[in-house]
Amino acid sequence: MLVDSFKFLPRTFRPLYEGRGPFQGEEEPVWAPFVKRLTQSRIALLTSAGLYVKGSQAPFDLDREQMNPEWGDPSWRAIPTAASAGDIGVAHLHLNDEDLLADPEIALPMHLLGELAAEGVIGGSVAEHLSVMGFQDRSLRDWKDRTAPEIVAHLRDQVADGLILAPA
Amino acid sequence: MPVLARWIEAAGIPTVTVTMMPSVAEERRTPRIVGVEFPFGHAFGMPHDGAMHRRTLELALHVLAGASTSGTRVDLDLEWPVPVREAYRAWQPKEPSPIVRKMLESRKGA
Repeated sequence: MLVDSFKFLPRTFRPLYEGRGPFQGEEEPVWAPFVKRLTQSRIALLTSAGLYVKGSQAPFDLDREQMNPEWGDPSWRAIPTAASAGDIGVAHLHLNDEDLLADPEIALPMHLLGELAAEGVIGGSVAEHLSVMGFQDRSLRDWKDRTAPEIVAHLRDQVADGLILAPA
Repeated sequence: MPVLARWIEAAGIPTVTVTMMPSVAEERRTPRIVGVEFPFGHAFGMPHDGAMHRRTLELALHVLAGASTSGTRVDLDLEWPVPVREAYRAWQPKEPSPIVRKMLESRKGA
C-alpha cells in the first residue's frame, strides 16, 4: 500500500493504534450499498477536527477535558454551508489549529463540494455538514448511545445519500 | 472515528472514511477507506491548495460510489510537499494535550 499509516504519528503513540484489531462488538463487516449515480446523489461531510461556528455555537468543552484528561466532549455541531472560513472556530487540544483556521476546507471541504455539485459531478450537497471533536473516552459510550443516532437522524433529515468522514 | 463510520453505515447510510491511518481503519473494519499520507488535521491537503483538496475529495467520492465490498481501501498517490520533520512538528499542538501531559507526568513519577 502507498500510505505509511504512522508517518506523522509520534512513535510512542503507535502501540495505542496498531495491532489492536476491531473495536469490541464491531468484528463483523457492515455495508450499506451505494445505489444511485453520484450525479443524482446528495453528499454530506463529517470532520472530527472540532470545528464549530463562532458566535452561534458553543465550542467543544475543552475546560472539562483539561480537568479530566481521559474525557472528550462527545457532542456534535451542524456546520451550515453558508458559513465562511472566518465564521469557523476550532476547539481541539490535540492539533495545532493554525492551518485549520486559515483554511477549514482542509478538514471540511464543503465549499469545494458545492463546486462539484454546481459542476454536476454530484447531485448536491446537504445544507448542513457535521463536526465532532475526535478525542473521546475510550469506551465511546456517549458517541454510541447519543451522538451516532443523532447524526444519523440529521443525515436522514438532510436527505443525504452518502457521507464522507474525515478523522482529524 | 472508524467506529462512528460503522454505526452510521449500519443505520443504512453509505460512508467513506478519508484517513491518515488507513491500516488502523482496516483493522477496525471500516467499510470504505481512502488513505492519505498527510499530517493530522489535514485530511484533504495543504491550506489553500484547491487542486489537492479536489483530488482527495474526488477519490473519496469515487470510492464511496464505486466500492463493491466492505473493507475496500484505496490510497491517494500524493506526497506531502513539506519535509517530514517539519510537517511532523507543525501539526502538533503548541502545548501537550491533557492526556499526553498526564502520561508524561506519570512516567516522571514512575
